[in-house]
Amino acid sequence: MAAVSEKVQMVDIYIMGKHYQVPEGLTIMTALEYCGYNLIRGCGCREGFCGACATIYNFINDPTIRYALACQTVVQPNMVITQIPFFPAAEALYNVEDLEPKEGENKLTELYPDVLTCFGCNNCTKTCPQDLEVMEFVSDSIRGDYQKVHEKSFDCLLCGLCAARCPQGLQPYNIALAARRLRGAHIAPKSQHNLDRIKEIQEGKFDAELKKLKKMTKDELRDLYAKREIEPAL
Amino acid sequence: MPYPASMEESKRKVEETRPKRLQKGPAERIPAEERDALVSKFHPDFLKEQFRELKIGPNRGSRTPLEIADLLEGNSRIDPDKIDLNKVDHDVDVLVIGCGGAGGAASLLAEENGASVLISSKLRLGDANTIGAQAGTQACDRPNDSPAIHYLDVMGGGHYANVPELVEALAKDSPDAIRWLEELGVNWDKEPDNSYHELSGGGASRRRMHSCRDYTGLEEMRVIRDEIKQRHWHKRDIDWLEFEPAIELLMDDKGQVAGAILMNVETRQMSIVRAKAVVIATGGLGRTHIQGFPTTNHYGATADGLVLAYRVGCPLVHMDTMQYHPTGAAFPPQILGFLVTEKVRTLGAEVVNCDGEQFVHPLEARDTEASAEIRECKERGKGVTTPTGEVGLWLDSPMIEIKRGEGTILRELPAMVRQFARFDIDIRKEPMLVYPTLHYQNGGIVIKVDASTPVPGLFAAGEVEGGVHGTNRLIGNSTLDLFVFGRRAGRAAAKWAKEVKPGKLTLDHVRRWRREIKEAGLEGAPVSPMLLPNYARTERPVPGFQPLGQVSSYTPFGDRAVRWI
Repeated sequence: MAAVSEKVQMVDIYIMGKHYQVPEGLTIMTALEYCGYNLIRGCGCREGFCGACATIYNFINDPTIRYALACQTVVQPNMVITQIPFFPAAEALYNVEDLEPKEGENKLTELYPDVLTCFGCNNCTKTCPQDLEVMEFVSDSIRGDYQKVHEKSFDCLLCGLCAARCPQGLQPYNIALAARRLRGAHIAPKSQHNLDRIKEIQEGKFDAELKKLKKMTKDELRDLYAKREIEPAL
Repeated sequence: MPYPASMEESKRKVEETRPKRLQKGPAERIPAEERDALVSKFHPDFLKEQFRELKIGPNRGSRTPLEIADLLEGNSRIDPDKIDLNKVDHDVDVLVIGCGGAGGAASLLAEENGASVLISSKLRLGDANTIGAQAGTQACDRPNDSPAIHYLDVMGGGHYANVPELVEALAKDSPDAIRWLEELGVNWDKEPDNSYHELSGGGASRRRMHSCRDYTGLEEMRVIRDEIKQRHWHKRDIDWLEFEPAIELLMDDKGQVAGAILMNVETRQMSIVRAKAVVIATGGLGRTHIQGFPTTNHYGATADGLVLAYRVGCPLVHMDTMQYHPTGAAFPPQILGFLVTEKVRTLGAEVVNCDGEQFVHPLEARDTEASAEIRECKERGKGVTTPTGEVGLWLDSPMIEIKRGEGTILRELPAMVRQFARFDIDIRKEPMLVYPTLHYQNGGIVIKVDASTPVPGLFAAGEVEGGVHGTNRLIGNSTLDLFVFGRRAGRAAAKWAKEVKPGKLTLDHVRRWRREIKEAGLEGAPVSPMLLPNYARTERPVPGFQPLGQVSSYTPFGDRAVRWI
């Protein structure tokens, strides 16, 4: 394994403009740590699920701005890196109980009237580190198509980069959050079997059986467990 | 091709054995007697030299992992004689420490029940393990299921070490937890007939895992976080402090928990919170890297809540059992230890060795599955070695689409597809290489069914508490635990806050702790709570420099051969 470390190539990177050399193959996040930064902001789940480590970068010889999650992106030579750990995007005030839309009503343009000023530059889509079709779901929200917004925005991590780059000052990720909550609470069909079970539990239907189970010895339970019927996975 | 040539031959064997495996079906399940022998021989919980007995505190004499024992017996970050408790910065009914799913649910319920609520969050609001939970949330709401069947699964999975009343509460509250989340705006996956889309999971005898694609925890967390913010903006009595974790609990002279000292980790300023009730919901401990394992856990999972509770005399249970998730990524090194959701196996992927042979049923309980993998690599030598020296086994994801049709993987596992595609691995066509990774603390703070602890005024919910899952938690019961015991903690803490007669604030418990440490000769122990791991490479630190977190011997970049060179 020593052979591996001998072979490691070092690459030049620039953290907020300052030059460092790091071994190739590190993610942006671990490169920061390799350079001695003890992270506080800009670091969360470290697995690409939380959006805390939104990062902007370009290259010494290529000024085009690119976007990434620091924990999911490997450093490349001559990268110039900065993080956007927080962006002050506004959020509309609402109470999810009151969001039930009436026929022909668009709650999203009511909450976010500025969304109508979108002129389709597509910066938001180009920015998204999850590769979501952000501009499309902004258009869907203008049309009040909650279902489409839900489907297209579902993998959003709320990192905030789309809002940071919108020339109109829109907050696509917050608009989508409102749309999804509205859909989940009011448009998604209700699952009756769940409500029925809640009622049965409240009525005490399973209490006697549970009482019996709770009194069983370990051996009795073990026996019952071994004999239990297992439903096929699907 | 992303897999190096050295792994290609083995990968080919996996492809070649697919038709045969499809015909034969999954491997036999391991009988109960064999399972116990397997686990006790290969599971990391049974490596004697990795544990020691605690010397002080309520669990004195209990067998505890070395890394956790050091933190539990750690030194306080404060000098009680230099703190003026007359200067209170925040005065509230309920202080909630930690804001993942459990802390969030507790905060909402406490507020609804008439309490003023302050949340202390170490990172951003909602930065927690909850957000990375992929597979789903169990709830026994299908017609062929019941709380009794769920109960038996949980007890069996937990090796009957669970507290029966807590398991009963978990099972009975589960359908309502799903409903509650849906009413807040969580979008559960549904079937064409409007019933919930429910999958099976390791150790579950019914299909009861509710999911939101493979972003279940993310969906739950972003809704709860938004609800907290919306209530605050509506001038309701709920507020939060980000980057301000608790570093010590406060007591009163009647022996009740009465608040906490918080530290702003950016400015290192302190603030004092007086509270009538405190809910600890700080989550787990993966970032302590027990036994040097990589972890699936988020950056702040450092056992802080256990330390805080232990110092006010609160006992812990089952702290000698950790959950090693059977499928952490073993390749590429950039994502070493990352969670590959159990849903991959639930959907039909099989775990196979270097010759493409199945050696364990894909849906055994997690400790059994992990132990079988360790045996396959360590005893039988049937693992696959990566160029950086990691050993792993194949998780044959393409079997999912062979069994369930094209398009299933992208529909059910978008996060997994994306994660591996970033490193040029297409999990629809190629298997993943996996090995057990540190995932979950099975035990924790002792609680009753209302999430109260033996210390008056102190409540605990979520991963930080113990007893619910015995010595092994099942898939989908962790996120369920958050909402069942989070909601119970919120209700109970609000009720307690209404009834309690607070005494005078004191830090005498810290003074007592210092004496105990001295008497036991433990002055050299690290300070705790740890707050954050410190992965920063420090070649030439300034002498006397005090970093915030505990310097970690673990390097987050998986390539152990490089080891920061």
